[in-house]
Amino acid sequence: MQTDELSGRVRDLLAEHDPASTDRLEFLRARFDAGLAWVSFPAGLGGLGLPRAAQQAVDAALVQAGAPDNDPMRIGIGLGMAAPTILRHGTDEQRQRWLRPLWTGEEVWCQLFSEPGAGSDLAALGTRAVRGVGPDGVEGWTVNGQKVWTSMAHEARWAILLARTDPDLPKHQGLTYFVCDMTAPGVEVRPLRQITGEAEFNEVFLTDVWIPDAHRLGAVGEGWRVAQTTLMNERVAIGGGAVPREAGMIGALARTWRERPESRGPGTHDGLMRLWVAAEAGRLAATRLREQLAAGAPGAEGSAVKYAYARLNQEVSGFELELLGEEGLRYDDWTMRRPSIVDWENRTPGYRYLRAKGNSIEGGTSEILCNIIAERVLGLPTEPRADKDVAWKDLPR
Amino acid sequence: MSTLLYSDVEEELRASVRQALARTAGGVSSGGDPAGDGWAGSDAWRALAGGIGCAALAIPEDRGGAGASWREVAVVAEEVGRAAAPVPWLGAVLGTAALLSCDAVDLLPKVASADLLAVLVLPLSTPPGAPVPAAVRADGGTLTGTVTSVADAHAADLLIVPTPDGLYAVDAARATLTPVTALDQTRPLSTVTFTSAPATLLGDAERAAAAWTSALRVGAAILAAEQLGVADWCLASTVDYVKTRYQFARPVGSFQAVKHRLAQLWVEVTQARAVARYAAGCLADADPDAAVAASLAQAHCAPVAVRAAEECVQLHGGIGFTWEHRAHWYLKRAKSSAIALGTPAQHRALLGELVDLPPR
Repeated sequence: MQTDELSGRVRDLLAEHDPASTDRLEFLRARFDAGLAWVSFPAGLGGLGLPRAAQQAVDAALVQAGAPDNDPMRIGIGLGMAAPTILRHGTDEQRQRWLRPLWTGEEVWCQLFSEPGAGSDLAALGTRAVRGVGPDGVEGWTVNGQKVWTSMAHEARWAILLARTDPDLPKHQGLTYFVCDMTAPGVEVRPLRQITGEAEFNEVFLTDVWIPDAHRLGAVGEGWRVAQTTLMNERVAIGGGAVPREAGMIGALARTWRERPESRGPGTHDGLMRLWVAAEAGRLAATRLREQLAAGAPGAEGSAVKYAYARLNQEVSGFELELLGEEGLRYDDWTMRRPSIVDWENRTPGYRYLRAKGNSIEGGTSEILCNIIAERVLGLPTEPRADKDVAWKDLPR
Repeated sequence: MSTLLYSDVEEELRASVRQALARTAGGVSSGGDPAGDGWAGSDAWRALAGGIGCAALAIPEDRGGAGASWREVAVVAEEVGRAAAPVPWLGAVLGTAALLSCDAVDLLPKVASADLLAVLVLPLSTPPGAPVPAAVRADGGTLTGTVTSVADAHAADLLIVPTPDGLYAVDAARATLTPVTALDQTRPLSTVTFTSAPATLLGDAERAAAAWTSALRVGAAILAAEQLGVADWCLASTVDYVKTRYQFARPVGSFQAVKHRLAQLWVEVTQARAVARYAAGCLADADPDAAVAASLAQAHCAPVAVRAAEECVQLHGGIGFTWEHRAHWYLKRAKSSAIALGTPAQHRALLGELVDLPPR
């Protein structure tokens, strides 16, 4: 499709649905139906089958016209993780049912992967799904288990869920990928308070939760393979947003430096510039990765961006806190809250310092990311493993 | 901003350069001096500059050049770094940048055809932002003075000499060159002395200052690409080695203590590639961000190359410390390059001024 044809579609959308007078949701649905939601998706599913690179021009034109957006920060898990997985592994019915309200934000998604006993070793998870027939004669699964680190579970309508369907197989082979209705009986969400004082995420208890077989994504036993799509996209989503120079934490630090000359203590300037250089190097590497992605699907390279982002955030926020001296001794607010997005901008450096500690844990610890890079990019051999050919139920735990 | 990826044409250029350097580098006997007899240095240079036409890349077609850009020059530098090749590419780049800046119409076609290697005369450690040095004085069409630690002057036909009074060209045969025993054996250094040497004025003081600034900026950005090549070789050769070196009945590359170090290095090299590409792109497009990009590239790529070379020596274990293994060429090249055209700390200080983050 030519550029002018695409901008013609944008013009048509704006002409038929004037953002100034159209209801927000109505506009978003119309945008989806016009194939302008995510242009790289297929026609009929919010896209036009175009290269990812074409999205930028569409977004820019719609922003300029004052069109509402779908609040992407709030629905990041749906957009970044659930959607690519549904697109790649879902049936036609599943794609039709879930992608549109996911994109418009009518239905929020969360991720039920990690468990108290399965963090870095995600494939060892123990939430069980047992096949059966429901009271209505429909085939489905009864699910029992506990999930943790679940952002947005308290607002989510749907969850992507990884559960064990065959404990007699080695751990990677006995998993199946489901979509779980968060309003179903037996789903209990409890806030999990973190070191910042607030609760961004939750514990989720699943007690005899019924999931119809039609909500299975991919084949039985194929859950690990399906989950790879989710996880690779997660790392890109976490580390890979398009940003201008001095966006994010380095911007806050640079502002502090410029506005408060009294903070410029001995030995601090070179430290500041080291971080500025690291931030810029990370930003350009993410930009280059995005250019590579425009030509294909995310690979293990996304892990590098996420790894660098975590380290940088921790170093920058720690540096800023020390720069502030006495003020760095204070904290803004320990009140327990349940925010739906991370507020890096408006909280104090103390909050940023603490919150950044999660960056090297969430979405794959930095240690696991190093393993991924070493094994999948550099082709280095794996550590000898005791768990590969052993039935999951026989693993020591 | 232009793309940070490589074009197909650039990849073809890379392949040609790599092949040419491999052919000549293959002549180096193990245990030999990398810059000594085993290396057919002048053959490599002829193949690179004239055979492939690298000398013409940055020069516009109406000046007898190929009308490519600094982007392609950077690709050549990556390969020169990857081979740690003792070819005078950095010297040629600095000289060409100075000649382009003052539009030396008579000289540029000869430089482009590789009939003339013009090298800029400056101490290799000069950082961008340094004033034009006063070590050489002009007097009645002759130059007198001494410049220390000049890279690649040994190979030059023509020496381009910046002075506070103007930019001059001196036939290399009219200068006295004394070789320096250099830390980096792959980039020969000389002390260059002029004693009433006949000189041709290329531009007045103002043009000399502009050529000086431009050459230092171009040099910093292109050197970053060379550092990327050095780092890339060190990473790749170390990864290959730890896959085949067995201790405790396992490849040493299967230990997380080793894997994580290499993964972190890979992240840094990946960033170095983006940063070096950005700098070369800014030069090619005459982007107003070029000064920031060049210093950013040095501030990031120089330490990455040093770390890669240091990790290469360490993770090769005993063999990495021997004269026989090539790792030391890269260590010496990386460390010297981190001093060349400004240390990382000097570039960080410069960046502070450029992006409004003053020291106090």
